[in-house]
Amino acid sequence: MNTSDLIVIGGGLVGTALAYGAARGGAQVIVLDEGDDAFRASRGNFGLVWVQGKGFGMAPYARWTLRSATRWPELAAALAEETGIDVQLRQPGGFHFCFSEEEMHSRQERMQRICDDLGGEYCYEMLDHAALAAKLPGIGPDVAGASHTPMDGHVNPLKLLRALHTACQLRGVRLHGGHRTSRITRTAEGYEVEAGDQRFRAARVVLAAGLGNRELAAQVGLHAPVQPNRGQVLVSERVSKFLDHPTTYVRQTDEGTVQLGDSMEDVGLDDGTTADVLSTIARRGVRSFPALQSLRLVRAWGALRVMTPDGYPIYQESTQCPGAFVVTCHSGVTLAANHVFSIAPWIAGGDPPAGIQVFTGDRFLDPNQTFHHAH
Amino acid sequence: MVSFTFDGNPLKAPAGCTVAAALLAGGVSTFRTTPVSGMPRAPYCMMGACFDCLVEIDGVPNRQSCLITVETGMQVRTQRGLRSLAAQDRETQHAK
Repeated sequence: MNTSDLIVIGGGLVGTALAYGAARGGAQVIVLDEGDDAFRASRGNFGLVWVQGKGFGMAPYARWTLRSATRWPELAAALAEETGIDVQLRQPGGFHFCFSEEEMHSRQERMQRICDDLGGEYCYEMLDHAALAAKLPGIGPDVAGASHTPMDGHVNPLKLLRALHTACQLRGVRLHGGHRTSRITRTAEGYEVEAGDQRFRAARVVLAAGLGNRELAAQVGLHAPVQPNRGQVLVSERVSKFLDHPTTYVRQTDEGTVQLGDSMEDVGLDDGTTADVLSTIARRGVRSFPALQSLRLVRAWGALRVMTPDGYPIYQESTQCPGAFVVTCHSGVTLAANHVFSIAPWIAGGDPPAGIQVFTGDRFLDPNQTFHHAH
Repeated sequence: MVSFTFDGNPLKAPAGCTVAAALLAGGVSTFRTTPVSGMPRAPYCMMGACFDCLVEIDGVPNRQSCLITVETGMQVRTQRGLRSLAAQDRETQHAK
């Protein structure tokens, strides 16, 4: 009853995507989740399925991201069919606003560099104010322009988490909430995991515990130096649809709520909100769409996301402990499709997918390298 | 007693009660329709947490009626679905 083919540590967007993918392949899976009072990056994101701008100077990440966005419709369809839950995937293309000619210029340089690195399978355009206003009525006069690609989209991340949990349960995955993993030890047949007051056994184990991966990785000979990174978000009353496209600073959900965001702070394990960051977010939202001036805010929250030193994922099987894996990323929403269709089969015993060889945790052990995670 | 209207119909309520309490006492059972399904809703928590008591008051939509004291002459209306951003914009202009 407490044994399976695979144990997934962490029941957030990453863990449940992996469990679902493994279950689709026929594996018996147990998911161990700390509980609803864990930091939960799954509830602290913007719901973007976002491609543009990522992987600047790291082409494998740009390609990996693009691949996931391309397979996202398949994931949404599978979840809808199996659970009846519509996660509201929309991929109409997205905009990143620039508020000065300087910003336009550096944004263009960034996008062009990524485009060049990918050799043409990456289309984008820079829109000046007039061209942007034609596509987004209501754009403010302060917005100098934007980068736009047809690749970007968004989804309802709360419905996604629920759909993944439901799909897992329908496929016989055993989900144990309120079970925080304390120890992983090797056994003859694989691994024993102590979580809550129970022990679980499987031939294979994957660490998908977000910020908890740092401590757990060391127990299976892996290196996952993840740090918390706080983002704050403003959530508004529901208003009539004025924005169909996701943007980096403002998006409107399927139900009419407006979400304002984009911030990054290194403040340790503090998931609170602050007036200065929230007012910056609000001001930028109103500069983007002046009609938002009168928007009534319903709540604000802060959340801790997971950040590696260079901001890129870690996908690695332990050499010391074969059958033990670590999976960590910053973009658990965007990469969900890859996690279900490409990473999960590998974790369950298949071959490693192409394109992830560079994403080892060991890369951070190089004493000659310095890292920064500007995303 | 305070006189006010709901969807044009005259109602009275004791001074000092909230708009939500005044409407419930006046026999109103649908305050709003949800934007997601169009289903009717009435207040639930009466303390500003649930957002089910939203009504339009004096032309301003999406007001939490459980947090507002009823006043003489208030014109309260059913909040039908989503509030329009543009409408509020016009109200802001009016207030200036």
